[in-house]
Amino acid sequence: MTEVLIKVEGLYKVFGKTPEKIMPMVKAGESKDDILANTGHTVGLKDINLQVEKGQIFVVMGLSGSGKSTLIRHLNRLIDPTEGKILVDGEDVMKLDQKSLEEFRRHRMSMVFQRFGLMPHRTVIENVAYGLTVQGVDKKERLAKAQEWLETVGLAGYENQYPSQLSGGQQQRVGLARALCTDADILLMDEAFSALDPLIRSEMQDQLIELQEKLHKTIVFITHDLDEALRLGDRIAILKDGELVQQGAPEDILLHPATDYVEAFVKDVNRARALTVETVMNPPAHRITSSNIEKALQQMRTFKGDYGYYVNDDGYQGIITQKKLEAAAKAGSNTAIDEKLYEDVATISPDTVLEEVIPDSMESRYALPVVDDKGDLTGELPRSSVAEVLSGEQEKGG
Amino acid sequence: MADSNWLIEFPAMDRSDLLAIRKALDGAYKEFSRSYGDIIEGLFDPLLYFLVWFEKLLVNSPWWLIIAIICAIVYFATRSWKLSVGVLAAFVLIGYFGMWENTMRTMSIIFVCTLLSIAIGIPIGILMSRSDRVQSTITPMLDIMQTMPAFVYLIPVVMLLGIGKVPGVIAVVIYAIPPVIRLTNLGIRLVDEEVLEAARAYGANSTQRLFGVQLPLALPTIMAGINQTIMMALAMVVIASMIGVKGLGQPVLKSITNQYFTLGLFNGLAIVALAIVFDRVSQAYGKRTQKHLESRQS
Ligand SMILES: Nc1ncnc2c1ncn2[C@@H]1O[C@H](COP(=O)(O)OP(=O)(O)O)[C@@H](O)[C@H]1O
Ligand SMILES: [Mg+2]
Repeated sequence: MTEVLIKVEGLYKVFGKTPEKIMPMVKAGESKDDILANTGHTVGLKDINLQVEKGQIFVVMGLSGSGKSTLIRHLNRLIDPTEGKILVDGEDVMKLDQKSLEEFRRHRMSMVFQRFGLMPHRTVIENVAYGLTVQGVDKKERLAKAQEWLETVGLAGYENQYPSQLSGGQQQRVGLARALCTDADILLMDEAFSALDPLIRSEMQDQLIELQEKLHKTIVFITHDLDEALRLGDRIAILKDGELVQQGAPEDILLHPATDYVEAFVKDVNRARALTVETVMNPPAHRITSSNIEKALQQMRTFKGDYGYYVNDDGYQGIITQKKLEAAAKAGSNTAIDEKLYEDVATISPDTVLEEVIPDSMESRYALPVVDDKGDLTGELPRSSVAEVLSGEQEKGG
Repeated sequence: MADSNWLIEFPAMDRSDLLAIRKALDGAYKEFSRSYGDIIEGLFDPLLYFLVWFEKLLVNSPWWLIIAIICAIVYFATRSWKLSVGVLAAFVLIGYFGMWENTMRTMSIIFVCTLLSIAIGIPIGILMSRSDRVQSTITPMLDIMQTMPAFVYLIPVVMLLGIGKVPGVIAVVIYAIPPVIRLTNLGIRLVDEEVLEAARAYGANSTQRLFGVQLPLALPTIMAGINQTIMMALAMVVIASMIGVKGLGQPVLKSITNQYFTLGLFNGLAIVALAIVFDRVSQAYGKRTQKHLESRQS
């Protein structure tokens, strides 16, 4: 299922006059600052290893100057590495000659830039068609295609404007349309939304997610904003001073920051909005499977609780308490569990955002049952875990 | 003796040594021009034919046709009625004061010099913009070309090619070409790095980048360079007339030697009028090609 599309192995980049001579120092682990002070060379990237799977949004995050732009520019070789391998679809990008490299850039990867990178002397539609112009596609065809993409990003009617006549958000839509217009399967986005107002930025994120659901591109997305990373990323890599300090699924990063640097990033994020129920719930330990009241009470005693989740072949049924079961057993009128015994507790779905279940969770005496769309119990969400996650009291490492 | 007063007087080279050096250099250059002058002159023949043909064309065509064509060019380049009418008035006055033929001669030589400067200057500017090494070798040469008194490089040109139109054109081009070169280089270097990067990222090769991105975006700067070049060429007209270039410069020269103030003034004013016309037209044209720089409309 998962196919690796981009693979980076042992990538180093040193900026300066004689990078090769500095490599031993870099490999010996001397710090970026020391190397700069002693040799005048800047360590841009240090031993980067990563894999991007097909169809994934891979986010690279880090503070300004951490090497994000340098890294993404290696993927289409706008920057040549000092050492290391870059494989795209199994092909070694470093082995391409000038001509094949141009072909590769024309058809495999397109790029969206932080300050848009639009050509001020071309109209909006000519900008969108730029990739095709470079490929030598004839005018009628390329303008027709550009028109389609312009409509997709919601800019129909702006064809003959110049970029300077558009707002920032509109300009970046042009940038996005230009990137999509070449049908390249890999999209490189270098802080594509960072220059936009928060409101516009969030709109653009929505649009990207929506497009991605249809197009299934492989996207490498650079940002310095963790909220954005969590919202878009299927996988997140964190860069610090040219080194990858952590890589993983968004929840991993959030719940198990590997270093203080990552933790500092994670601290300010709105976890309630970033995490889903699934990522914080406990496995369903308090399951009651017997329909017989006596046996159910026995099961409850084995896991030492005073309530449990009754599950049968049809899936999750309801919460039952020890008190009610005992009362029912005493009354003895019925030996089987029935609906009248269920407590009135809402169920929640595993991909709900934590923020939305906070009220239910705080009100309920019981851990909320997490039920998937097939009706099966997949977990339980106790109030304490919610509180714990939100207050950030998570152990480091993991 | 010399070694006792070297503190007071500069310990200069012996007069006879200096003379020997000058003689040797002059002799060598004379020798060179005697043996190769004809061949080199031959190389410039096409230029000479073109110059003569173009000058005849301007001088022999009916004056009203020339004025009509010039005004039409001005209008289409600038789309400004005011400017076109101004140009019309300037040429009518020039003709009325009897300077028509000389003005046509000057215009033809300025036109050719400008074309040559552009044709040579822009490629050099492009080369400079591509390599810091080339830039650092050419820049001092341009500095010398601009500061060296024009008379000094007239000498070898005249020695080599004699007196006439071609040496005149060469002298004018040497004097006037630096702005085109400098500003082409500057304009290309000032192109937004990210825009250029975008072109590279979409697979544009170096030709596509040059003609599709760098030159169009550098155009306003290059136009400013061309404008300066035209102005400098006009300023050289009087000096060039000393080596046989006909036109408005010659009457000015004559009026200096004979103290004809009014003659000098009129011809001087005609040069100024040409300068203003060339300047306004090339600037207005430059601006009009930059539609995208117009302010935002909403
Ligand atoms: N062309 C270059 N020459 C020298 N140093 C560079 C160059 N490009 C980037 N750097 C340095 O490399 C580091 C990473 O830069 P960059 O990749 O632009 O960071 P980011 O995009 O994360 O802000 C910085 O320290 C920067 O100064
Ligand atoms: Mg950057």
